[in-house]
Amino acid sequence: MSAFGGHYSYFVTVLLMVAGLYVTIARGNLVKKLIGLSIFQTSVYLLYIAPGKLIGATAPIVAKGYASYSNPLPHVLILTAIVVGVATIALGLALVVRIREGYGTIEEDQILEQDRAPDEPAK
Amino acid sequence: MIAEHLPVLQVVLPLVAAPLIVLLRRDTAAWLVATAASVACLAIAVALALAVARGGVISYAIGSWPPPWGIEYRVDALSAFMLVLVAGIGALVMPYARASVAAEVPGRQVYLFYAMYCLCLAGLLGIVVTGDLFNIFVFLEISSLSTYVLIALGRQRRALLAAFQYLIVGTIGATFYVIGIGLLYLVTGSLNIVDVAARLQIATELRPLLAALAFITVGLGLKLALFPLHQWLPNAYAYAPSVVTTFLAATATKVSVYVLIRFYFLVFGHAFALDGLPLRPLLVGLSAAAIVTMSLVALFQPDLKRMLAYSSVAQIGYITLGLGLANAAGLTGAIAHLANHGITKCALFLLAGGIALSCGSTSIASLRGLAHRMPWTAFGFVVAGLSLIGVPGTAGFTSKWFLVEGALEDGQVWVVVLVVASSLLAVAYVWRVVEAMYLAEPDAPAQTPTRAPLLMRAPTALAVALTVVLGLVTAYNVGYARRAVELLLEGIS
Repeated sequence: MSAFGGHYSYFVTVLLMVAGLYVTIARGNLVKKLIGLSIFQTSVYLLYIAPGKLIGATAPIVAKGYASYSNPLPHVLILTAIVVGVATIALGLALVVRIREGYGTIEEDQILEQDRAPDEPAK
Repeated sequence: MIAEHLPVLQVVLPLVAAPLIVLLRRDTAAWLVATAASVACLAIAVALALAVARGGVISYAIGSWPPPWGIEYRVDALSAFMLVLVAGIGALVMPYARASVAAEVPGRQVYLFYAMYCLCLAGLLGIVVTGDLFNIFVFLEISSLSTYVLIALGRQRRALLAAFQYLIVGTIGATFYVIGIGLLYLVTGSLNIVDVAARLQIATELRPLLAALAFITVGLGLKLALFPLHQWLPNAYAYAPSVVTTFLAATATKVSVYVLIRFYFLVFGHAFALDGLPLRPLLVGLSAAAIVTMSLVALFQPDLKRMLAYSSVAQIGYITLGLGLANAAGLTGAIAHLANHGITKCALFLLAGGIALSCGSTSIASLRGLAHRMPWTAFGFVVAGLSLIGVPGTAGFTSKWFLVEGALEDGQVWVVVLVVASSLLAVAYVWRVVEAMYLAEPDAPAQTPTRAPLLMRAPTALAVALTVVLGLVTAYNVGYARRAVELLLEGIS
């Protein structure tokens, strides 16, 4: 196999990783930032899951006739990471809702502009 | 019987306390449970530290699955030191929290505050005590997620944006960390710290390890606010409720430093970690930049809490400086400074919280003439400020002494000049506050401030006293730091 063909999942992973990170940093809309963050986190799931899979291997259940098994540990780790990711996005969205209530906008530059104003009403 | 389960109880107690508080829903009951959990954690941490001092490393297999298959909790000299620091700060701020939180957090959210605090404490203690790389990530996220909520509970709407920005940066940091762990796992096939370290000794493929090292350094750098990755910190500290600022400033960044130290010295081994990539000059350079620029920025802050936040970034610079020097004296300074700066900043932020409660503001302009109205608070600020500067006889001095010694050993005279010069900058920014408190005339006719309750004054006084005691009696902070350094430099050989 060529370097590309044998490892194409890594290229997908890196592409998602960089795209997600770029969106998180470059976008001013807070929800789009969270979408970017979610893509970034998802790329890491792939980084863990793909190497755990052996071609031609089965799920790790001991049974007659099967000799090679996929590694189950990355799946378990990523299940945990997915839960963490869901919690993070949920909390992030909740904060965005509160920010919308407080500022009336979810565009970062408009929020910062409002913050530059000296007196601010209490929340 | 219970004694052997102490390492896990440390984490389980606050973790169970959190849902219990949510079920109780009563403010007083919530506070009592949180305080009881904090004090119990401190008792356990001290018991563990004593046990480690007597009998060496404690290893605990979760669910009786032996490591490296199961998750191992591991308490050595360094983690015992950190456990006592984190649990100690937790037990110190909880009595204080009662009045401060009631004044600063909206009424129906008070019990949720205590639940979040318990989760945060569980996460931080978990990071310190666990011996499993992925488990560190889980605890890192438990503490971080609760931290975002705690910051968002601040009074101003700016706290919401500060929390959101910290959420973005913190999650990027944690994800970088997981990428690093993933690469390590691909090379070694293990997640147990001791096991990974042993397998790395015979690893032949070095390129993924360098990538892992870089990802972990940047990820944890974001979490510990290593200059120039610190932008989230000043806003988060300035707009969070006082108790949260105090607790985070003294523990959260310190715990991330601790994880970084463990990676450099116990996982990768310092020969590979610090020389495989040009990390030594990088850490020393960034730390030097942090110390100078952040002290300068602190000098121009109009708000006390914000000023202390920038000063925190500068002080973290001292800690990473010792890490970059990586000799025995430098590391001793770094680890001792974790505790010394933790206590000093804790005292200063507790005082700031008291001022916020009594005067309703922490802007330096509103502090004018404070010494006449609140003489003890002003005096406490002077004492803790001296420790921040590093005057002999205070906690801040001992760790800076070791840093200077480490720099001289390394032949880096400019670092010595820098440490002394930055202390002068600290004199300048502490003096601004002292001048306002003692020498300036109050703008408005002085009204008598509301007196803070005893439960707030006692922990504050204790924290201020500790900054002096730890400067005079160095057996605990420096003594334990020395022992931890011996362990680190012995490493995995």
